[in-house]
Amino acid sequence: MRRVAITGLGVIAGPGRTVSEFWNTLIEGRSAIGPLESVDCSGIRFQNGSEVRGYSHVPYFEDRRADFMDRFAQFAVIAAREAVAHAGIEWSPELRERTAIITGSCVGGQSTEDLGFVEIYKLAHSRVHPLTIPKTMANAGASHISMEFGITGPSFTISTACASAAHAIGQAFWMIRSGIVDLALTGGSEAPFSIGILKAWEAMRVVSPDTCRPFSRDRHGMILGEGAGMLVLEPWDAAVARGARIHAELVGFGMSADACHITQPSAEGAARAMRGALRDAAIEPEQVAYINAHGTATAANDPTETSAIRSVFGAHANKLAISSTKSMHGHALGAAAALEAVAAVLSLREGILPPTANYRMADAECDLDVIPNRARAAQVEFALSNSFAFGGLNAVLAFKKA
Amino acid sequence: MSDELIERVRRVIAASKRIPEEQVTVDSSFEELGIDSMDAVEILFALENEFDISIPDEEVKTVRNVRQMVEGVDRLLTAKSAGTPAVQ
Repeated sequence: MRRVAITGLGVIAGPGRTVSEFWNTLIEGRSAIGPLESVDCSGIRFQNGSEVRGYSHVPYFEDRRADFMDRFAQFAVIAAREAVAHAGIEWSPELRERTAIITGSCVGGQSTEDLGFVEIYKLAHSRVHPLTIPKTMANAGASHISMEFGITGPSFTISTACASAAHAIGQAFWMIRSGIVDLALTGGSEAPFSIGILKAWEAMRVVSPDTCRPFSRDRHGMILGEGAGMLVLEPWDAAVARGARIHAELVGFGMSADACHITQPSAEGAARAMRGALRDAAIEPEQVAYINAHGTATAANDPTETSAIRSVFGAHANKLAISSTKSMHGHALGAAAALEAVAAVLSLREGILPPTANYRMADAECDLDVIPNRARAAQVEFALSNSFAFGGLNAVLAFKKA
Repeated sequence: MSDELIERVRRVIAASKRIPEEQVTVDSSFEELGIDSMDAVEILFALENEFDISIPDEEVKTVRNVRQMVEGVDRLLTAKSAGTPAVQ
């Protein structure tokens, strides 16, 4: 089995439109959560989200190309471009054929679909735009990435709600490791800000009226986010041979299903996924020093995740540093795990752990070291990134400092 | 808290949770009825439709039994007829 190097990173999200902007915002502990500008939230109980403010396709795509792309697919291509450029990939027809694209998306082209429904149900028009289907489909991100770079290898999209990108990255990792492909572009993208979907989140009563305060006793729920994160994966030896900069090593991937409830999380299911990632990486719990938590700031997630971490790590849980960067980039659903994977990789590379922002009060049910509000310098060898989806489908990635 | 109000709330809970109405009494706790957080959110949605009220998120966090639910609806209905919001 081959070792897997991460040689490219790309991000567009609330905290920044490039990896360096995103990272600087995170380590400054600045939250990108604020009033949403791209939709009118006056009829909704919450007004805040983590948005790519002032976004327009203009600097990124020709008008005619943008006509074919929902916002979420545009984000996917923008992040992929940065990841590929930083990785310094030199394309050949053979490499294009040996490259995989695996993306995560939970809701696909929501705002396009919403517009179509407005045409039919509200405006009583008899037809919708003919590009509604190709813009809405959740695999559009992967398809547009393939066209952008002429990649002709295995390409597909995974949809497991809030864990989509973690399942995607894990799958790409295994495909590189086992020799199925020689390069992979993987991550997730999401643009969930449309009235229809915001009303649906409102109805679940899990969205905070102000901000996202993971693990804090006064937390009031999650805050939605948008954006994309993409990683370039390749075999370690190939990366070394071509002199590529290796940001970190991807060493383990674990998955599980809770098999109990469509929305309530289970500590056992989460723990099984973490144990699976450790086993896959062939490391002991005591070797892990940092976890980028799922940390949604809902009433249910944070205590459940705390108890899962305690059950996997035992006494070592008290030595772990844990943070939820969702406090800054929001919960970007199918892109969340990709943004968090980028954060975990940079934590290892830079020796700085991003904080849990907006933290105010200790909670006895979330009694871990959650790096409140201020980033911390720490040389970490192994880090995990947790993702636990609605529907009880869990995915955990394990990274090693390069 | 009129008997008629209690009756209507019981009926909404029973229909939403798909359990016999007799099982739902004003003294039942959510735990006894097997109502978890997602069930509760669905019941609130059904109550909002039944009574044409809007139940704020903050209002519902401490509600753990049928009596508290009836009291909450009662308060919102009173506020509605007085033309003032029950909570800001």
